[in-house]
Amino acid sequence: MQTPAPFGYERATSVEGAIASLQRLGSEARVIAGGHSLLPMMKLRLANPEHLIDINDLSELAYIREEGDAVRIGALTRHVDLLKSELLAEQFPVVRDAEQVIADPVVRNRGTIGGSLCQADAAEDLSAVCSALKATVVIRGPEGERTVSMADFHVGPYTTAVGAGEILTEIRLPRRPGAGSAHEKVERRAGDWAIAAASAAVWMDGGTFADVGLALSAVGLTTIHLSRAEDLLRGQAPSYELLTEAAKIATEDCSPMPDGRGPVDYKRHLAGVLTGRALRRATARALNEEA
Amino acid sequence: MDVSITVNGERHTREVEPRMLLVHFLRDALDLTGTHWGCDTSNCGACVVLMDGQPVKSCTILAAMCEGHEIRTVEGLARDGELDPVQQGFHELHALQCGFCTPGMMLTVRALLDENPNPTDAEIRTAISGGICRCTGYKNIVAAARWAAQHERQEV
Repeated sequence: MQTPAPFGYERATSVEGAIASLQRLGSEARVIAGGHSLLPMMKLRLANPEHLIDINDLSELAYIREEGDAVRIGALTRHVDLLKSELLAEQFPVVRDAEQVIADPVVRNRGTIGGSLCQADAAEDLSAVCSALKATVVIRGPEGERTVSMADFHVGPYTTAVGAGEILTEIRLPRRPGAGSAHEKVERRAGDWAIAAASAAVWMDGGTFADVGLALSAVGLTTIHLSRAEDLLRGQAPSYELLTEAAKIATEDCSPMPDGRGPVDYKRHLAGVLTGRALRRATARALNEEA
Repeated sequence: MDVSITVNGERHTREVEPRMLLVHFLRDALDLTGTHWGCDTSNCGACVVLMDGQPVKSCTILAAMCEGHEIRTVEGLARDGELDPVQQGFHELHALQCGFCTPGMMLTVRALLDENPNPTDAEIRTAISGGICRCTGYKNIVAAARWAAQHERQEV
């Protein structure tokens, strides 16, 4: 029987209260939302928090809304609500692509976007999605709020910019003209983690890429930002040769580990194929040419 | 700590450790052993129960997190001695062999039909993709879900 080691438990009734509890209880306290990564890690003693602060009652952190030049998503928004959101499907189709293949529908009823990002598992899909979309996240602490770009959010494996006594509260997806996006993933079976996955976002200006966001899941110690491929594409017109070259960079700039899901050469190959597919679909969507 | 959870319409209060998982609260504290305890890693779906009408994996939720919520288990499917159409469908179409995955499968199908009364086979397959049947009975499970959709109770 797998049961977590003993811990103290309290339910937060406000974001401020959760932050105060984190400060009072110190570094061995953790926030729990959906719990579908944290509880399995606690069962295996890979995580041993002394206190859990349950934020599931903080409904003020569950929302998806347009505000100014961004779509704002509350950290407690569950996968099922991200999947069903017509607003996201219309403006950021990469989110629905990913949500259809994140875990399974029952797990998606519990897991949250904030939990996914803060878990910072390199195989997790939403980190690549948010990186490709060049999202910023809002982190609240005792001193107030600060925003951090996704490029600076992951500081290492399972480690984020969220500091002691702080809590992730919001994800902001910037709305820019000419946008198209897509997520491609290969998994061994329904509900499994990715063998590899690629997220692509493009912003077209006339016939050229004004900007591009590319990120990979499951092929490195952290989410892989493909900045060299982004630089190659920016300012160029999409062509078969250009996208093939970007996909080739993906095979070079990832650093997969061999495991039960496959050897390194296979994962590199897959990263390239999926990057090409995601880019082509994102571009077709931006140009309203999706087959 | 004391935890009060409404299970199948009845409120139960027990003193538990914070680390007690919902599946053990149901099986050990309430003797509701219809909820099966399987992989313990939120993969197999044998432990699925409904939390406020939504299917969830009870091996990956603390009992303490369910305080104030409504849980429905397989014991709460039949009403007034009459099987739920989902149970009847599993019976009619032989949608089980060993029966270990069955409670989770039936509750998942119940929640699907509550939200989508006329699902396609593809929608049924997606809905039950969080449950694993080792007797390879998915074909009959899908057929049973379809049978249940066609024989829903007429609520008065």
